Amino acid sequence: MNGAETASISCESMPEIARALFASGGRMQMVYGWQPEPGATELCYLASPAEAGRFLLWRCRPVGEVRSLAAIWPSLGWYEREIMDLFGLGFREHPEPNRLVLAEEIPPPFDQGAGHRALVRAADIPRPLPELAAPEVQTLPFGPVRADVVESAEFTFFYVGEQILHYHPHLFFKHRGMELRFAGLAPLAGAVLAERVSGVGSVAHALAYCQAIEAACLCEVPKRAEWLRVLLAELERVYNHLHYLGHLAATTTLKVGEAEGKLLEERAKQINARLTGSRFLRGVIAPGGLRRDLAPGDWLRAALEALWAETARYVDLLEHSDSHLDRLITTGRLPRRVALDQGATGPVQRASGINRDLRRDHPYAAYGDLPLSVPVREAGDAYARSAVRAAEIDASVALMQQVLLLLEEGPVRNDAVTRSEAEGLGWAESPRGTLFYAVHVGTDGRLARVKIKSPSFSNWRVFPFTVHETNMMDYAINEASFGLTVAGCAR
Amino acid sequence: MALWTLFGLSEGKATTRWPGSGGEDGQAGVLGMPRYAPERCEAGCTECAAVCPSGAIAPAAGAPGGIALDYGRCVVCQLCTEACPTGALSPSHDWAFGVRRREDLVWSATPVSAPAAAADRPSPAFRRSLHIRHVDAGSCNGCESELQALNNPFYNLHRLGIFFTASPRFADLLLVTGAVTHAMQGPLRATWEAMPEPRFVMAAGTCAVSGGIAAGGYACASGLEGVLPVDLYLPGCPPNPAAIITALLTLQGRAGQRVAGGRYGE
Repeated sequence: MNGAETASISCESMPEIARALFASGGRMQMVYGWQPEPGATELCYLASPAEAGRFLLWRCRPVGEVRSLAAIWPSLGWYEREIMDLFGLGFREHPEPNRLVLAEEIPPPFDQGAGHRALVRAADIPRPLPELAAPEVQTLPFGPVRADVVESAEFTFFYVGEQILHYHPHLFFKHRGMELRFAGLAPLAGAVLAERVSGVGSVAHALAYCQAIEAACLCEVPKRAEWLRVLLAELERVYNHLHYLGHLAATTTLKVGEAEGKLLEERAKQINARLTGSRFLRGVIAPGGLRRDLAPGDWLRAALEALWAETARYVDLLEHSDSHLDRLITTGRLPRRVALDQGATGPVQRASGINRDLRRDHPYAAYGDLPLSVPVREAGDAYARSAVRAAEIDASVALMQQVLLLLEEGPVRNDAVTRSEAEGLGWAESPRGTLFYAVHVGTDGRLARVKIKSPSFSNWRVFPFTVHETNMMDYAINEASFGLTVAGCAR
Repeated sequence: MALWTLFGLSEGKATTRWPGSGGEDGQAGVLGMPRYAPERCEAGCTECAAVCPSGAIAPAAGAPGGIALDYGRCVVCQLCTEACPTGALSPSHDWAFGVRRREDLVWSATPVSAPAAAADRPSPAFRRSLHIRHVDAGSCNGCESELQALNNPFYNLHRLGIFFTASPRFADLLLVTGAVTHAMQGPLRATWEAMPEPRFVMAAGTCAVSGGIAAGGYACASGLEGVLPVDLYLPGCPPNPAAIITALLTLQGRAGQRVAGGRYGE
């Protein structure tokens, strides 16, 4: 696959490879399945190396059940469960072999005649909940329809008084089967679909997808388009992080802080619309570059400058609000070890001392030409997570001002012609973290399989580890401090 | 805390006067549904239908322009306006697309603009106060982002007497977003059944209207089609906050409907 060091191996050697990767300090990112031809399933394991360098991809054709790697890489547990759902392929010794994404038992939707169903797992309930016999322990199922305007998800709490003993989120009510919707599409239509996987991550999704297509067809993107892509990606980060700060202030009942954060988010969205015609920056990025040129004139520089000044003042006020800080500091602590094992990504991992950012470690678009500061905190609590995001707004605006200074005239699009059976990997550091798109093109030049590794899928997996044995009053604050989306997770 | 009080006072009012006179709607530059002028179409050309990713445009022999156009399926991606060789489909700022009848989203050579039956409308009692229960039935979170924006200081929805409520028991309007996944059908229906009558339903966003780009497949229905009776359809991907406000006012009878037979008027 273009974009990753690829090796074909036997599935039996995967545990050994996984252990070696762990020992080397690399990190397993995901595993997914696809069917190169009807009746034949292939598994693809994607990993990032310890230092900067090419991504690693191992592919294997399973014969019968496959050994689960969840004991070595816990973060792969959900990916394996998804493969069980979608392909009917069994994983041996899986610690949690329950259904994950499917609402009900249906024939595996991605399976075209491999007939793995015969091998299927034993446990077939979607929610692996503990059995609690103690009468003083109460159970609270909350959702999927919850108060306020929020995404649908169901949370189950086991608690005594204020103390949460165990917490389980059920996040796939919104599973739309988006990955299968890509199959058969032309590459350009795929970009429109990618923008609608996670609305507030439209740019990151379109970018990772288009870069995967461009890798597959060895297409160069014009310089100006690369720079404008950085501008779009950072505009997306800014409005997301402003929303985050406003929402976090809402959970600590800092009303004016909430209003100001959301007002600044609105300003940022209005800037987006003025630049691109879309408040979500949609309809611009396409395979090969941009669909049309943008005119970020002096007005944009001035608008960003004003937004920056107001944001700095706002963040300073938050920093001086004891009632706000008291609720954040020490809340929802995520230790570095758990963040690594469970696959935390983006600002969440950087708040737990893991200094990773795709923009710097695996540069794409024009990031390789730009000085990038990556804020990192060590404490791993809600305050650290919010501090990382606040500092990222600062870094993003500085980056955009650079882009506006350096931007030169030129074309913005090259032809991206997909060849039969081309394959490519694309990635982007979305506002929420690592996003991968793996694209397989069919013999007809159309999309055969698109796999999305989204940051919220990773961070939702991590989040419960910070909820167990905490208290109810901190829950909403802790959840807000992670900045998760359900749509990105459920796809 | 005095910090924030002083800050708030020094900032002054951030709320727009819109939809009152002299106010900004905040949507400068926002692209809406493509505008359609079939008289510019070349015979036999179906370029737009070939690029449309959501089936909003389909070849239709015999129709003016040779295509059938359903704004209820449009995801505002603008691909058709880029593919169209003659400008028959052109970018526009037509985003206030809330309509009472589904047919009004389908472009028609002979639009029937008879007002929707009076029985469909909320009684005047709802003109000054409307309580909304929102249900996300499988969206991309774009619609939620814009719904959440309604309560930011710029739009400040409360000033119009419209509120979101937690309990369906207190709700007059069920506002649905998303393509309606199989898993959300049950909870959505239960929410609707818990609402007191008279109750109204609004399909917000193209996904809720028709399923949009996510319709069908193994996990999704086609929006609210065949799931719940709908009183107001608002396509858009996502509809912007001003479009949502306009649609809510249309439902209440406080604003006129802009669109009939797929044509956008003033």
